[in-house]
Amino acid sequence: MNHPAIVESKEAFGETTLLADPARIVDLCRYLKDSEKFIRLSGITAVDLHPMEPRFEVIYHLHSLERNQRLRLKCRLGGDTPEIDSATGVWRSANWYEREVFDMFGIVFRNHPNLVRILMPIDWEGYPLRKDYPVHGYKYSYPSE
Amino acid sequence: MKQPFEDHVSTVPAVQELPATPAAPRRMTLNMGPQHPSTHGVLRIVLELEGETIISAAPDIGFLHTGIEKEFEQKNWQQAVTLTDRVDYLANLSNNLAYALAVEKLLPIEIPPQAQWMRVMMTEFSRLNSHLVWLGTHALDIGAMTMFFYCFREREDILRIFEMFSGQRMMTSYIRIGGLALEPPRGWQQAVGKFIRAFPSKVDEYEELLNKNPIWTRRTKGVGFISLEDMLDLGVSGPMIRAAGVDWDIRKKEPYSSYDQFDFRVPVETSNDVWGRYRVRLQEMRESAKIITQALEGMPGGPWKADAPHVVLPDREKMKTEMEALIYHFKIVTEGFRVPAGEAYQCIESPRGEIGYYVVSDGTSKPYRVHMRTPSFGNLQALPKMLEGILIADSIAALGSMDFVLGDTDR
Repeated sequence: MNHPAIVESKEAFGETTLLADPARIVDLCRYLKDSEKFIRLSGITAVDLHPMEPRFEVIYHLHSLERNQRLRLKCRLGGDTPEIDSATGVWRSANWYEREVFDMFGIVFRNHPNLVRILMPIDWEGYPLRKDYPVHGYKYSYPSE
Repeated sequence: MKQPFEDHVSTVPAVQELPATPAAPRRMTLNMGPQHPSTHGVLRIVLELEGETIISAAPDIGFLHTGIEKEFEQKNWQQAVTLTDRVDYLANLSNNLAYALAVEKLLPIEIPPQAQWMRVMMTEFSRLNSHLVWLGTHALDIGAMTMFFYCFREREDILRIFEMFSGQRMMTSYIRIGGLALEPPRGWQQAVGKFIRAFPSKVDEYEELLNKNPIWTRRTKGVGFISLEDMLDLGVSGPMIRAAGVDWDIRKKEPYSSYDQFDFRVPVETSNDVWGRYRVRLQEMRESAKIITQALEGMPGGPWKADAPHVVLPDREKMKTEMEALIYHFKIVTEGFRVPAGEAYQCIESPRGEIGYYVVSDGTSKPYRVHMRTPSFGNLQALPKMLEGILIADSIAALGSMDFVLGDTDR
């Protein structure tokens, strides 16, 4: 695998992780799908490293049926309002996965066809899986805390 | 002369807004759910209909969202096993196993053969359990009521076996990090043997009831087609893919927990419709029964939990006689064990498809982040494509053939 967007490659526990440049993520995804046969996107998720900077990691799990191989793509995004290009043009399954990440972490996927909340109510405030979001939400407070 | 209901129709604003020209006939928007018996959970689908044909479908999920991923970050590693049960309430043990394997990858610890085989046996039981509930309720939706009673009769036996092993019928938490929760109970061979000897004849009974049933065949054959390319692109996995002719089963392709030592076949069908999915799942039940029989006959002896005193709770007897065991017990119970920093992804073949746990540790006794890639969430994304252009009556059969669990979708 050789693509200018790949910054670093790592092996651990028999799993390959590629650190990618977020600005060229769609390019890289298309290359991996077309040339390297990773036809399945098994999931997208994110990790909040608060208070570290860059704060967010967006993680793509790819799978190739033909090569029976899995691959993890990782992008680092900084700031409180991170943005990255959407992979829906490459795999349609990215649609809901990205909506979930947006819902839980507030990461905006540019050019997403329908970026609205998917699991939380549509008028929810805040992003529950961020580390600075309290477990019981902002709505209730308890005297002991 | 005034037409009947004319007044009534003209007062409904939604109808007036829709164009009534012959080119674009009147369309109707229908809400299916969130409380609908055939969606098997709290799922809302907004259907746009033209007559009885579905033009488009938009699933609305999230009604069962309970924030399990957030909750993971508050529990210590071993406590979090109980949360995995509640994700997919029909395949609890598959979830236990995927989580345990992911954490064991990070630790890393070696699991003794008996525990591995026991894990295989229990997850196959949970596959049977899930497929039985699916078959019973799916047939009930299509109109075959007897199946429901037959399937739940066998499921009851499986739940009794779960109770015998773990003390729980549904939320078993039987597979723990480092092995099993409890020693296999005395007499388990008899209980499992009695069930598994009788089971293949029960599957014959289901086939007798359904295979040549004209209503069943006409309502399933050729219904719910979706192309393989669409399915792969939309993130579908599991029996749906195998009913489209792809021989992809994680148990075979990426064996985990000693699945490579078992002899079983991966059933594949090519019809890619509700009937094909029914055939795949029914044959899978037979294969699961074969695996359980092999596990029963060849169960290795030895320990049922790993030799890792810093992770696994010591035996009760040792705790009373050995100082180290008492210290380890105190440490594990009060603060839990630490998992080295790192990340791991482990996927297994659940009854519904690929279930994957992505676990991140920062070196403390609590998970930093756990993400569940659940099969129902991936599969449900293909629903609009599958329902496009079919009749609303067929949508029930098509929905059921996906076999999603809403707890698994919403987490």
